[in-house]
Amino acid sequence: MRLVTVAGPPSSGKTAVIIRAAEALRADGVRVGVIKFDCLSTGDQALYERKGITARTGLSGNLCPDHFFVSNIQECLQWGEQSGFDLLVAESAGLCNRCAPHIKDVCAVCVIDNLSGVETPRKIGPMLKMADLVVITKGDIVSQAEREVFAHRVRQVNPGAVVMQVNGLTGQGGYELGRLLAGAEETVSLTGRLLRFSMPAALCSYCLGQRKIGSDFQMGNVRKIDFS
Amino acid sequence: METLHPTSGYTALLLGDLLRELPRAEDFFTSLGLPLPAGDESTETYFGRIPAETLEDLGIERRELGERFTAFMDLLVVLRDKGNGPAIEAITILGGVDKDGAPEDFSLTIRPGEVISIVGPTGSGKSRFLADIEWLAQGDTPTRRRVLINGCAPDPARRFSLEQKLVAQLSQNMNFVMDLTVAEFITMHAESRMLGDVAGITATVIAKANELAGERFSPHTPVTALSGGQSRALMIADTSCLSISPIVLIDEIENAGIDRRRAVHTLVGEGKIVLMATHDPILALMGDRRLVFRNGGIAALLETSPAERANLAAFEEMDARLTAVRNALRNGERIDRL
Ligand SMILES: Nc1nc2c(ncn2[C@@H]2O[C@H](COP(=O)(O)OP(=O)(O)OP(=O)(O)O)[C@@H](O)[C@H]2O)c(=O)[nH]1
Ligand SMILES: [Mg+2]
Ligand SMILES: [Zn+2]
Ligand SMILES: [Zn+2]
Repeated sequence: MRLVTVAGPPSSGKTAVIIRAAEALRADGVRVGVIKFDCLSTGDQALYERKGITARTGLSGNLCPDHFFVSNIQECLQWGEQSGFDLLVAESAGLCNRCAPHIKDVCAVCVIDNLSGVETPRKIGPMLKMADLVVITKGDIVSQAEREVFAHRVRQVNPGAVVMQVNGLTGQGGYELGRLLAGAEETVSLTGRLLRFSMPAALCSYCLGQRKIGSDFQMGNVRKIDFS
Repeated sequence: METLHPTSGYTALLLGDLLRELPRAEDFFTSLGLPLPAGDESTETYFGRIPAETLEDLGIERRELGERFTAFMDLLVVLRDKGNGPAIEAITILGGVDKDGAPEDFSLTIRPGEVISIVGPTGSGKSRFLADIEWLAQGDTPTRRRVLINGCAPDPARRFSLEQKLVAQLSQNMNFVMDLTVAEFITMHAESRMLGDVAGITATVIAKANELAGERFSPHTPVTALSGGQSRALMIADTSCLSISPIVLIDEIENAGIDRRRAVHTLVGEGKIVLMATHDPILALMGDRRLVFRNGGIAALLETSPAERANLAAFEEMDARLTAVRNALRNGERIDRL
């Protein structure tokens, strides 16, 4: 089975483009399953199932969804194998700009949209900078100039990636995305594999449940703004 | 330093020398939020002294910085040199099959400066046709079409090259979303193309856009404050001068506030190939040829005939009459006479 990690900011169009790619692949007889990682709730499983795509959900609650992802992906792989998929897509809501679900030697996709502004590529961390394939959505509502500048900015922060425009609404580019995903490497096991970048342990007192404000309550990894 | 070419050992060079050759090398550092290295320092040395904490924040490992810098510089060199690459003289699309697998049996060669009209109902395969060109299909898409550049199958790497994207698009729903003035906006686009005379090209684009727009606008107008017609005019002028792509698809552009025929002439004048999806007879007849889409395939390839061209004057007159009626209606007049 092939595994692909798809991450991107909330509402960037991840589900829309995965559905487009999966539909194109289904026409070629490729069986696609999806596991969606999110924090509190997500309607994505229903969106997939409405299109006849088998999907499962993993909710991380108050943990960083990417940390939760790493603790669960091996089991997801087993589920995918047992379900008989040819391609398992792990969709993660990119809620943590500092973490990313991307694994070495597992095809890593980042989905970002043209509407998010030209500064966005610079602000997104490893999720974008470490991706093999960057999918840009929502090109149908911005100008050609904005599409070109946005794509250029993406290339600046990840010069090695393949960058492509896919439209989640019309499906333009979905077939091509499907071809690229279907060509990803086979993943037999993830045990011992490495993340592309270490996920920092967020270890201040607030991570541990503290709610009170004030220096007395702050412990561990605390950093202060320098106003001097 | 004239000798910089892909895979040179960039990281060993002094930054001052690199910047003199390719000033935009600076963007590597600003885009990662890093301060610029000193001019007499090599990036190798510079990367070595970035604090581990900063790298943690960036989410990048130290050894990767060098690889990324090299990839970035390769990109800059390609952008700079692309003017020297072989120009596109012809794009050929070889027919495949329609949705039912029936052969299309056509070979279409298009050249810079040509206008091709595209007709057919929604869902008849127009988008797939564009996608085939974009993807440089080699019999590996559902239509089994093949695309040749200058008569040959293109290098497969070209598929993923942003610098060589074939199709630019302009449609009804597209708007400017950036919070910039017209001049800032065009400057940003020109800079991303790494053009030498950014100020000059920016002025040219704005002047051209003003020629196309019904009402003039200043370089200091925010792009989001432009009227519909002014936005279209700016998009056309910008695409004609600054887009990377040799083909421009115009999708049912409305008539309001912009002279569409002049818009097409502007694009053609800059050597673009214009594909125009339209069911407006006056626009469609601007095309030298017309592609008729049906059932996912190209059902016919029509040359605009002399008789059709001769009809153009009649269609224009009908259009003018209808426009006069519309204006009368808008002005609160009666429209009881023809
Ligand atoms: N105009 C336009 N809308 C799009 C495009 N792609 C997605 N959308 C819309 O954007 C919204 C969000 O799309 P989703 O696919 O749910 O985004 P997501 O990244 O999966 O969102 P989360 O999983 O909730 O983070 C939906 O309303 C989509 O219809 C596109 O290319 N163009
Ligand atoms: Mg989703
Ligand atoms: Zn995190
Ligand atoms: Zn914390």
